[in-house]
Amino acid sequence: MTSATQRRAYGAERAPYARRSPAPARARTAAAPYAFLVPAAVLFALFFALPIGYAIWLSFRKVHVSGLGLGAGARNEVWAGLENYTDALKDPELLDGALRVLGYGCIVVPLMLGLALLFALMLDTERVRLTSFSRLAIFLPYAVPGVVAALLWGFLYLPDVSPFYYVLDALHLPQPDLLDGGALYGALANIAVWGGTGFNMIVIYTSLRAIPAEVYEAAKLDGATPFQIAVRIKIPMVAPSLVLTFFFSIIATLQVFSEPTTLKPLTNSVNTSWSPLMKVYQDAFGKGDIYAAAAEAVLIALATLVLSFGFLRAANRRNKQEATR
Amino acid sequence: MSSLAVREAGPAAGADSGTARAPRPRRRIALVPTLTLVLGAVYTLLPVAWVVIASTKSGHELFSTFTFLPGTGFTQNLKDLGAYRDGIYWRWMGNSALYAGLGALLSTGVSALSGFALATYRFRGRESVFNVLLAGVLMPPVILAVPQYLLLAKANVTDSYLSVLLPQILSPYGVYLARIYAAAAVPGDVVEAARMDGAGEWRIFTRIALPMMIPGMVTVFLFQFVAVWNNFLLPYIMLSNDERFPLTLGLYTLLAQGSNQPALYTLVITGAFLAVIPLIALFLVVQRFWSLDLLSGAVKS
Repeated sequence: MTSATQRRAYGAERAPYARRSPAPARARTAAAPYAFLVPAAVLFALFFALPIGYAIWLSFRKVHVSGLGLGAGARNEVWAGLENYTDALKDPELLDGALRVLGYGCIVVPLMLGLALLFALMLDTERVRLTSFSRLAIFLPYAVPGVVAALLWGFLYLPDVSPFYYVLDALHLPQPDLLDGGALYGALANIAVWGGTGFNMIVIYTSLRAIPAEVYEAAKLDGATPFQIAVRIKIPMVAPSLVLTFFFSIIATLQVFSEPTTLKPLTNSVNTSWSPLMKVYQDAFGKGDIYAAAAEAVLIALATLVLSFGFLRAANRRNKQEATR
Repeated sequence: MSSLAVREAGPAAGADSGTARAPRPRRRIALVPTLTLVLGAVYTLLPVAWVVIASTKSGHELFSTFTFLPGTGFTQNLKDLGAYRDGIYWRWMGNSALYAGLGALLSTGVSALSGFALATYRFRGRESVFNVLLAGVLMPPVILAVPQYLLLAKANVTDSYLSVLLPQILSPYGVYLARIYAAAAVPGDVVEAARMDGAGEWRIFTRIALPMMIPGMVTVFLFQFVAVWNNFLLPYIMLSNDERFPLTLGLYTLLAQGSNQPALYTLVITGAFLAVIPLIALFLVVQRFWSLDLLSGAVKS
């Protein structure tokens, strides 16, 4: 408090130099953070809050067609209650898409984060070489758009141009169709793993480097191998960042859209509703049923939040149990 | 050059790997971690190497020669791509640069303002404002993009540059990073001293806090630049006139047409190669004076 009174006294003394603002310094200071937050608040209201509210509103509406649906006023928007939601939940296309994406996520998330953790631990090892080269190379796909990544791998999956098929052909080995059936999941998962491993590696590596060196000293004196140090000390200590990367990976995986959309022209196995997001796009802009699309979007958002926060709670509970043990 | 180093070091370190656990002189390299990382690098560089080589091939060579054998058609491919629809490819590249450059700049400004306010002031509702903004990270883009389109359609601004720029200015992750960097980089007593000298809050922000926050703001800029450059869903929903397409959307439509005409494959491949260059160049340039770790919110103590 003394500093505030001092400040005012000092400000008064310096009054001739004070510019513009007629408001007393303290009121000005109190209002400043709100003023600074105005741009963010306006953008949030316009492009986050309003669209979400509008989507929820639309999801409870439908078009009522009277007569032949001709002429003005023949098509009215009316209240639909939960109709759009029950329709969406009964829609086999949406359910199939959800199952496909769950299967895809079960491949992508563990594989991507496993690799990211492995690379981060390797980077953090003593006497490892070429780290700046490897680190940048593994991180590089982060700078490649998902569409371009899908395009590159899509060509590598095509028998006509792929080096893999060239090798298989030369060795007279069977040539699987990578863009069909179960292999398609692997093909799509590979694109996501390729694109996402580097960023997650950096996140985990950053928290590894934040561990003070003294922590390892005792273990080293006891003759622990680098492997034991990694498993017993490093992994438990970076658990919070693992939980965080897991959390964000779940959200990103359930939203998969651009990769299957890009592969669609290359194969008949990806239809317009392969992932739930593609189904929303198809319903909103293909069929023009924005009400059904809104209900589906809300359901996907809810499912995403339930799954990701469910994971977060489970992870926290385990942490607490371990802490009390 | 780097692979050469491995080859030289490889046999020497491999010869006495049996004694790996014994204390070793400083110069030895840890073979398994190094090889694991190099394998990872090979995996990530493989598609990039492929597209570099494939873009040098003529349409005929693409289907007939071994994939990792360079072709002879690179200049012709470039000419063909430049000639396609009167050079619309370069327009897409320009559009992407505009969306990502201007969008990231505005986004960084908003993030810096908000991050500074959240980090330096104590005010009522500070944590709730922060939490509400952060909740934006969790919102699936689809629940935003479709109603954003419908709302912008009512305001008659869909299919315009604004429709892609505006929704991407506020980045919750950017605000989060800016708050962390501001808290670490701008000492409270410096702000207090400036205030005593009679500096206004705006002046404190622009003249004192912002210069201190620059390294962090470079990170926010890069993060948002990549996010906008790589975005596909939003322009896919908002735009129909291909003169306003960013690269991602342009390449996608090119591929969609190319599936019926394999002659367009070479264009798609050359286009994909050129699309990868700018961001990789950007990261190679900035990594000299900027660390990747900053992206995950690391703050040097």
